[in-house]
Amino acid sequence: MTENILEFQHIEKSFGGIKALSDVSLEIRKGEVHAIVGENGAGKSTLIKMCAGAYTPDSGKIIINGEEFEKLTPRISEEKGIGVIYQEFNLVNEMSIAENVFLGHAIRNGILIDRKEMNRRTVEIFEQLNIKIDPDELVKNLSVGYQQMTEIAKAISMNVQLLIMDEPSAPLTSSEVERMFDIVRALKKHGVTIIYISHRLEEIFQLSDRITVMRDGHRIETRETRETIDAQLIQLMVGRELKNKFPPRKPGYTEEKLLELQHVSGNGLEDISFCVKKGEILGLAGLVGAGRTELSHLLFGLAPVKKGTIKFRGKNFVPGNPRQTIREGIALVPEDRKKHGVHVHLSIRENISMANLLAISKNTVVNQKKEDKIVEDYGKALGIKCASYEQQVKLLSGGNQQKVVLAKWLSTEPELIILDEPTRGIDVGAKYEIYKIMCSLIENGKTIIMISSEMEELIGMADRIVVLAEKHMAGELERSEFSQSRIMEFASREIQE
Amino acid sequence: MKAERIKKFIKTYAMFIVLIVLIIVFSILSPSFLTGSNITAILRQITMLGTTAVGMMLPILLGGIDLSVGAIITFVNVICAYMMVNWNVNPVLAVIASLAVSTLVGMIDGVIIAKISIPPLIMTFAMQMVLEGLSFVISKGLPIYGFTEKFTIIGQGYVGVVPIPVIIMTICFIFGSFILNKTYFGRFFYAVGGNEEASKLSGLNVFNVKTLAYTLSGLFAGIAGIVMLSRTNSGAPNAGKGFEMDVLTAIVLGGVSVNGGRGKMNNVVAGVLIIGALQNGLVLLGVGTYVQYIVKGIVLAAAVGIDCFQRQQETA
Repeated sequence: MTENILEFQHIEKSFGGIKALSDVSLEIRKGEVHAIVGENGAGKSTLIKMCAGAYTPDSGKIIINGEEFEKLTPRISEEKGIGVIYQEFNLVNEMSIAENVFLGHAIRNGILIDRKEMNRRTVEIFEQLNIKIDPDELVKNLSVGYQQMTEIAKAISMNVQLLIMDEPSAPLTSSEVERMFDIVRALKKHGVTIIYISHRLEEIFQLSDRITVMRDGHRIETRETRETIDAQLIQLMVGRELKNKFPPRKPGYTEEKLLELQHVSGNGLEDISFCVKKGEILGLAGLVGAGRTELSHLLFGLAPVKKGTIKFRGKNFVPGNPRQTIREGIALVPEDRKKHGVHVHLSIRENISMANLLAISKNTVVNQKKEDKIVEDYGKALGIKCASYEQQVKLLSGGNQQKVVLAKWLSTEPELIILDEPTRGIDVGAKYEIYKIMCSLIENGKTIIMISSEMEELIGMADRIVVLAEKHMAGELERSEFSQSRIMEFASREIQE
Repeated sequence: MKAERIKKFIKTYAMFIVLIVLIIVFSILSPSFLTGSNITAILRQITMLGTTAVGMMLPILLGGIDLSVGAIITFVNVICAYMMVNWNVNPVLAVIASLAVSTLVGMIDGVIIAKISIPPLIMTFAMQMVLEGLSFVISKGLPIYGFTEKFTIIGQGYVGVVPIPVIIMTICFIFGSFILNKTYFGRFFYAVGGNEEASKLSGLNVFNVKTLAYTLSGLFAGIAGIVMLSRTNSGAPNAGKGFEMDVLTAIVLGGVSVNGGRGKMNNVVAGVLIIGALQNGLVLLGVGTYVQYIVKGIVLAAAVGIDCFQRQQETA
């Protein structure tokens, strides 16, 4: 019998009548890497927040090392050695690595903070993970990967026994992901139990000992990783069989150039030249920081073009501000959905009509009928699942929120749609739906620029891929030349100044 | 399900329920509270509060604040009276000119806040000091009086049994409600207040939305200033001193979140009525001015506290 570090017994939790968890029982063995997978809204985050003491279960028990709890508080959770690495880091940017690692439990010498000792211990912790750092470096100067390591180091400094990682690979580049894996393995060797939550099945198979699948607030199944295969897992997650990850589609592009960039510089980018053909999906690849989002901002009029020319529909085009570019027929679905895409506290209706409100107003008064019609039409076309369009957007799952953002933009009837990480943080089933929407857009004569960090997605959906590296053009690939290694080769190319 | 419905009902009409409870309590404690003449008195008393609240609600919806409304009322008092007394300006023209000035003052607040992102608290506080100073300079610290008796009709007249200032306030409420619920820019106040970045990316002109909020705040404060001048029949250089805090309390009581993004006009009406009933009831019960301050302070803290508590519950 292996010992369990953590057990959930018949946990129930509802939010305002909506069941988030129903009768969830789960055992985490000491020393294992336990992956939890499931679509968005499956209840994974709710479960984690219960471990951290942020949520109180309505009923059921949580057992830590044999000790029973009705609920946890953040303090108990910390005392029992549970650490959580959330998707958003809890770091103070203006402080050093060492100060962050020991935030809240600074090592003191009398009433003074013992910086030397803190720095020494910080270096020591990082050495355990085989990483060299300067403990005095400010967190704001670190890359996302190192910031995450600082979070992990913080947990270690608190003698973490159970580390919960929520989508840890999402913000990382491929090489950073590799290093994060090494850390996870090192932690495991030191006897730390890990709960690993991820959408990327590939990682789960590489790292985990066991996998628990959750769906609609239920625990569906827990399996040994080595006895499981990819397809079974997806089927368990979505509750139906998904044959293909990408919908079939015919290339529908013409030779007409819809958008053409000639030696464009600005917003940090240097000398970018490429074209987008009418009716194609152009993939934009590159590592984090390569300048993909910056390029989308440039095209959308959020930053001025310094040099070079942009042609849109054959005419010279100077993006001035978002209002103008929207009128020209360009839409941008931003990367950070919650921050830039939706108004979480407003209703679905208000969100969808947001970018179109001027057009459906007469003498400043919004035409309610026209608004309802637009919302109906696009809500239905995109298959937004909701009780009513008056529902607040924050109550929707990530996939449905993304559909709301898409509906908002499609209602402006754009010709060119820039999608920045359109499937980030969205579950497998909803991803497929987003891909299907993209296909139908192409069939209706629209053109898409798709920025993505998921190479599989780029290769599966794009007609052509432009790769950026260090804010420069690194290469361009035709569909016949697509391969992960080719893209990586371009993306990690060093640019000679 | 029924319990849920009742819960929702209570949540939606919470402030009206508080108002009714307050009215019941005061009418038991003081027999003269629920008389026709006293109700008219309450309504007359809250007219300036209500009128100002319509405008000041907008900056708060944006997550900002307008602390200059009290000083705008003072300033309008002084300059309108000054124009009529010293320059013999026609009262109608003086009113129009004063409202134009108050609107302009609001616009200056708005443009500076929107353009260089000065914290609204600081900007409007600075404006408050400037206007208070100007009011004293223009009036030399003395009340200005001696303008035409007819001017008092705005603040003291009646149409039938309804006081004219109450009609003005009601029109302001309806106008404000129309802006917020029916026009596209009304929607934009909620959008920018809730998520400025997403609004910008949706093609909204955030600069205009912000400027408009403070401009309208100035305009409505100006209207309240005119009503006050007409009621007191003299332009005093301290007329609106501290008034912004009463308005803020009423707005927050009316469920407008100090963090921006949410709030409904009809609830603000309830907030204004509560303040009116409270002030009047306390006076009837013989509670002194200073104790009233204590009560108001507690009410303000409680109102903001409830708002913040609700936010906490939602994120937890």
